[in-house]
Amino acid sequence: MTDDKDVLRDVWFGRIPTCFTLYQDEITEREAEPYYLLLPRISYLTLVTDKVKKHFQKVMRQEEVSEIWFEYEGTPLKWHYPIGLLFDLHASNTALPWSITVHFKNFPEKDLLHCHSKDVIEAHFMACIKEADALKHKSQVINEMQKKDHKQLWMGLQNDKFEQFWAINRKLMEYPPEDNGFRYIPFRIYQATTERPFIQKLFRPIASGGQLHTLGDLLKDVCPSAITPKDGEQKTQVMIHGIEPMLETPIQWLSEHMSYPDNFLHISIIPRPTD
Amino acid sequence: MAMPSSLLWAVDIFGRVYTLSTVGQYWELCKDTQLEFKRVSAVKQCCWGIACDHQVYTYVFSGDVPIRYQEETYENQRWNPVGGFCEKLLPSDRWQWSDVSGLKHQQLDSFTLPSPHWEWESDWYVDENIGGEPTEKGGWTYAIDFPSTYTKDKRWNSCVRRRRWIRYRRYKSRDVWAKIVSQDEPDQLPDPFNDISIGGWEITDEPLGRLSVWAVSLQGRVWYRENVCHHNPEGSTWSLVTTPGEVVQISCGPYDLLWATLWEGQAIVREGIDRNNPQGISWSIVESPSSENGIMHVSVGVDVVWCVTKDRKVWFRRGVNSHNPCGTSWIEMVGEMMMVTVGLNNQVWGIGCDDRAIYFRQGVTPSELSGKTWKAIVSGRESDRSQTGSSTSLLSAGCFFTDDIQNQTSAVIQGDADPSSDTELPTSPASTALLGAAAAGDGPASQADTSARLPVDPLHAEQGEATAASARNDKDNLDMNKPPGNPNPSAELQWINIDLKEAQKHPVLSVSSFADTSSLSSLGAFSVGAEDQYGADEHPLWAWVSGGGCLVDLHSPLKWFSAPSGLSSSVQSLSLSITPAQTAAWRKQIFQQLSERTKRELENFRHYEQAIEQSVWVKTGALQWWRNWKPHKWMDVRVALEQFTGSDGMRDSILFIYYMYHEEKKYIHVFLNEVTIIVEVLNEAKHSFALYTPERTKQRWPIRLAAATEQEMHDWLSLLNMSCCESRRIQGPPSHHAIWSVTCKGDIFVSEPSPELEAGPQQMPCDQMFWRQVGGHLRLIESNSRGVVWGIGHDHTAWLYTGGYGGGFIQGLASSADNIYTQSDVKCVYIYENQRWNPVTGYSSRGLPTDRYMWSDASGLQECTKTNTKPPSPQWSWVSDWYIDFSAAGGTDREGWQYAADFPASYHGHKTMKDFVRRRRWARKCKIVTNGPWLEVPPVTLWDISIIPSSDADDEEAVALWAISDKGDVLCRLGVTQQNPAGTSWLHVGTDQPFISISIGAFYQVWAIARDGSAFYRGSVSPNKPAGDCWYHIPSPQKQKLKQVSVGRTSVFVLDKNGNLWYRQGITPSYPQGSAWDHVSNNIRKMSVGPLDQVWVIADKVQGSHSLSCGTVCHRTGVQPLEPKGLSWDYGIGGGWEHITVRGNATEASRGAVPDTTEENPAASKEGEDEESKGKTEHSKTPLMVSESQELDRNSVNC
Repeated sequence: MTDDKDVLRDVWFGRIPTCFTLYQDEITEREAEPYYLLLPRISYLTLVTDKVKKHFQKVMRQEEVSEIWFEYEGTPLKWHYPIGLLFDLHASNTALPWSITVHFKNFPEKDLLHCHSKDVIEAHFMACIKEADALKHKSQVINEMQKKDHKQLWMGLQNDKFEQFWAINRKLMEYPPEDNGFRYIPFRIYQATTERPFIQKLFRPIASGGQLHTLGDLLKDVCPSAITPKDGEQKTQVMIHGIEPMLETPIQWLSEHMSYPDNFLHISIIPRPTD
Repeated sequence: MAMPSSLLWAVDIFGRVYTLSTVGQYWELCKDTQLEFKRVSAVKQCCWGIACDHQVYTYVFSGDVPIRYQEETYENQRWNPVGGFCEKLLPSDRWQWSDVSGLKHQQLDSFTLPSPHWEWESDWYVDENIGGEPTEKGGWTYAIDFPSTYTKDKRWNSCVRRRRWIRYRRYKSRDVWAKIVSQDEPDQLPDPFNDISIGGWEITDEPLGRLSVWAVSLQGRVWYRENVCHHNPEGSTWSLVTTPGEVVQISCGPYDLLWATLWEGQAIVREGIDRNNPQGISWSIVESPSSENGIMHVSVGVDVVWCVTKDRKVWFRRGVNSHNPCGTSWIEMVGEMMMVTVGLNNQVWGIGCDDRAIYFRQGVTPSELSGKTWKAIVSGRESDRSQTGSSTSLLSAGCFFTDDIQNQTSAVIQGDADPSSDTELPTSPASTALLGAAAAGDGPASQADTSARLPVDPLHAEQGEATAASARNDKDNLDMNKPPGNPNPSAELQWINIDLKEAQKHPVLSVSSFADTSSLSSLGAFSVGAEDQYGADEHPLWAWVSGGGCLVDLHSPLKWFSAPSGLSSSVQSLSLSITPAQTAAWRKQIFQQLSERTKRELENFRHYEQAIEQSVWVKTGALQWWRNWKPHKWMDVRVALEQFTGSDGMRDSILFIYYMYHEEKKYIHVFLNEVTIIVEVLNEAKHSFALYTPERTKQRWPIRLAAATEQEMHDWLSLLNMSCCESRRIQGPPSHHAIWSVTCKGDIFVSEPSPELEAGPQQMPCDQMFWRQVGGHLRLIESNSRGVVWGIGHDHTAWLYTGGYGGGFIQGLASSADNIYTQSDVKCVYIYENQRWNPVTGYSSRGLPTDRYMWSDASGLQECTKTNTKPPSPQWSWVSDWYIDFSAAGGTDREGWQYAADFPASYHGHKTMKDFVRRRRWARKCKIVTNGPWLEVPPVTLWDISIIPSSDADDEEAVALWAISDKGDVLCRLGVTQQNPAGTSWLHVGTDQPFISISIGAFYQVWAIARDGSAFYRGSVSPNKPAGDCWYHIPSPQKQKLKQVSVGRTSVFVLDKNGNLWYRQGITPSYPQGSAWDHVSNNIRKMSVGPLDQVWVIADKVQGSHSLSCGTVCHRTGVQPLEPKGLSWDYGIGGGWEHITVRGNATEASRGAVPDTTEENPAASKEGEDEESKGKTEHSKTPLMVSESQELDRNSVNC
């Protein structure tokens, strides 16, 4: 009988095989070989690509190097989205490895945020956690923690330390016994086809009668187009961490077990492959 | 499994008594519904009430342990040359049948049952056990003359003899309301009662279960019921207590608070209540808080007093304590109540005056005794629940009313013969019209003007409540209309409960005519159905509530405040029945998809590089370390725990301690996979813990570290525990074979035995055993190899192991997510008040300069005053104040003093001429609340427990479990199986004296030790006969007083009070009691014999351990079928250990099964070894290294 804790491990240790190729217009001194890497689904691009940067900087001239940025099939990849989300949104159902193009010039100011150092990533990560806790517990749990606990969350993510991270994160996944779940579920729904970045609304995990809301209830409430089949056929896939959970899955369980380390449920709505 | 809970008692306006459990959600009707009640006053074990006949009744809960009282009488005989011993006695002799002193005449047949609520258990029989020694047949003891010392041996000069006859009577009226029968003379009889309050059980512990019962009679007099205690639940007589005025209401707290309300509106307070004067001495008067409105109702707790004045305002009395029971001033509270009641830990309930709902005072904490706000309890009644679900199917009101004309005149007015408020007692049948609204639903049009309204006490109408008034008016209207077929008045009679108005009688109407209504299915259905007319949310209306038996734990939430609507709960249950199938479906799909994803995304790409390399994780901190060299003291060090993954993927950890030694930086390191145990050490000043390895265990010199705060220490302990378990690949719960142990501090440790521990060519040295901590605080744990594990706390609560792991400070993934529950324990902290006698002032606290501190610990070396003595650690908190402990060993006088010639010596309770010093022990209770994999098994509190050791081959369903309650009763738990380790009920096994130790062996041999130190064997215990048939008295070895017995597969070992371990020789299948005792060793404080007949003990003093540390775990080596006593000792973890149980370890050696050796007579083959083993008390095969610091080490692990 598999334990719920195994889901946590599976989510944490998910990896995406990626092939990094340098943009052909970048000026290099030598031929730039593509670089293959297993990226953690739960982390952020700029956090885990030191090796990539080093690899390509070796073949480039110093003065040509400015801030690194990534794109996939023309779309600049937002580093502040988790890697797994980016893959599910843009490249799932494509052949592996995931081919990402590396740029060092012409930073697309309109599309991407700058990321000068790891501190920027840390600040963004902690801000997401705080926002999630505000939704879940009115920020009570996160505010009760000490600075060193916050640091431990970040270090756990940065160093890929599952136990270190969950030693603290489990506190953020608890709720008072008289409730049956969080106050609101921290989630964001992404659709590659729409203009706006994501959908985020207030959503309670427990109905007034005490029943648990499901993934289907959530989607029906905030993004009905995602699931109402037009002309009778389901055109979209609802994807979290590369899998398609049943719509009957309780949203409270999903939030506890399949959130990203920033405590948000990042859900991708993508067109269903026709084959 | 039953959860620990307590009950809130209440009476509704119809006189029905309900209870609401702290873990329940619905009011449950009291089991005995014969009577209607006016008042109830509850404590935990029973409830006293005044029924509508103004008589007092008591309701004692039934339990597994019966209430038995032993009656005894002595038959005395004198020897004369003619007839030998016979009943002809000298005229100066005592009676032929007498009490133990000989002064009272007590013939056998003069004993009668004190009341109809008792029954005799059996006939008279002779007691054949005197002072631990069995007497000859007939039970006679002989002496030279009356009175003197009697012995069981007849001597040449024994001229008299006597024998003791005993008979037990049993209280049988449990779970029913038992009327208190008055045996007083008619002129002494109290007049009918009006109010009752019970309490006072905390004043003293003697006799067991004593209660103060106070009652107020209709004429305003106060009566006290004498001698109410556990084995006399009804008390004996009423005695009158004079009061300065007419009393209308009284309230008694658990301790020494007693307040009463006078008719004039003041309150009176009883002064001088203590253990010598439970009735108190005098009264003081306290004025009402508001001059216009006198006090109407008062309720007291341990040290709080609440009152309600005539204008329904609620007041809290400030400044109440033991020295000043009157308090100082009143504070007004928000809210208007009819009455209030104070519960066990100062929690407060009230009945609202408008809606008659029960409110709970939220926010009452020790620092905020007046609480914050009133919250309504919305729990419905059990009977309602079954109906509300079908509320839609409820037939229309008309179905309850037929056209039968009920004869109103048959209504009997019970109780008062003189209904003074006859204004409200209509003589016409329509008086009942309370449920007229029910009829109004579709009754005749004449009633159409009545709308749904509350059935209201007509007396209420006087207080100007609109609803009451309208009800009354409507009622009057109804009274006028009496159409012939009017079902309304004929439907039923309701009787109305009394309001708090003093000196008012209430009309009591019976509901007997109910039975006449043929259209009704049942009383309950009707009333519920009728009330449903008011809406499904209408709550029951209450007249009285008593919280004296209710303990609301601030930690556990109550389910009283949210009403699950009947419909949704059924929907929920419906959805619950669906979801198991569904949860399986969606969860299965998630697991399936995740594994598919892993395959898809990883399988072909394992050769790719990882984006993040596995790095070494380091946790550093600053701690203090008890340094290795002299002078030993604490020094600041930096500590680092490094976790790294080796090349084979295995993870390992090292702990580094960096310190400065003479200006040089040095470090010591420990591989965590070598650490055998990490244990918290009790230390006054520091939060410290000790780290042991096998080597350090041998030397009794662990690494001692201390943290600045308790939280930091727990963080490190949790992390180190987890890392040790990881490096040994130990995860999940302990197996059924685990060995459990408890330290003196109460911490629980568990170890997985390897197969080589007990058998094999090379027995594993027990200093290599790895112990991990499990949450909880207990005094002892017993287990067996089928996974049934029970623990007993210091407060004698029984706990069942749930199969979890972790808990306590162990958090996160090292702790199981479920199966961890709150666990608490209460223990006493003792300090001593010491005094020395001097010719000038007698005993005083001024002693000699060399004396101990005048307030000290038991040894006298440490000063411990009442104010500076703190609970053992910040996790503990005080739950009582300092009280004089009269139960100190050696006895005390009436004020608690013990006398001796000098400090220290043995103390006795009476003062002699030679006693120049005296001391008095003060105790204070402290409580720890932690969590762990333990669930309480109420209700019996236990002293000892034993579970049958099984071998792996056993497939018996039932597991035999015997226990001893903290009162010394021997109990047998029924229904224990592997699936239900808590069992179902207790079976009481009768004994003639309290017992203190019990053990059951693998073949159902049950041995036990009684309080007088003698041993008993229970015959014929088997699965078909779980309680056996009778006790056989076994003489103890060499007149030693025994204190513990443990039976393994076939070996029986006992321990006496001087630390000697004895083995029972001569046990054969035909003679399971054995024949003689063999001395094995001394210096032992506790032992455990397991299913392989292995012997483990806690030894007192072991080489290398310091004089103050007690309790080292030792393993008897060389135990073989031919050598059951073993040969020598192997030393394990210690000191500081209190208890160990190895009865779960049935892992046999891989080669060769354990042979059946039960029949062998070991005595024959072991003569030669006896001398050897006697001499080898502490001789160890491995010489212990003596640590360099043998002197007093204040940081040794001690109790």
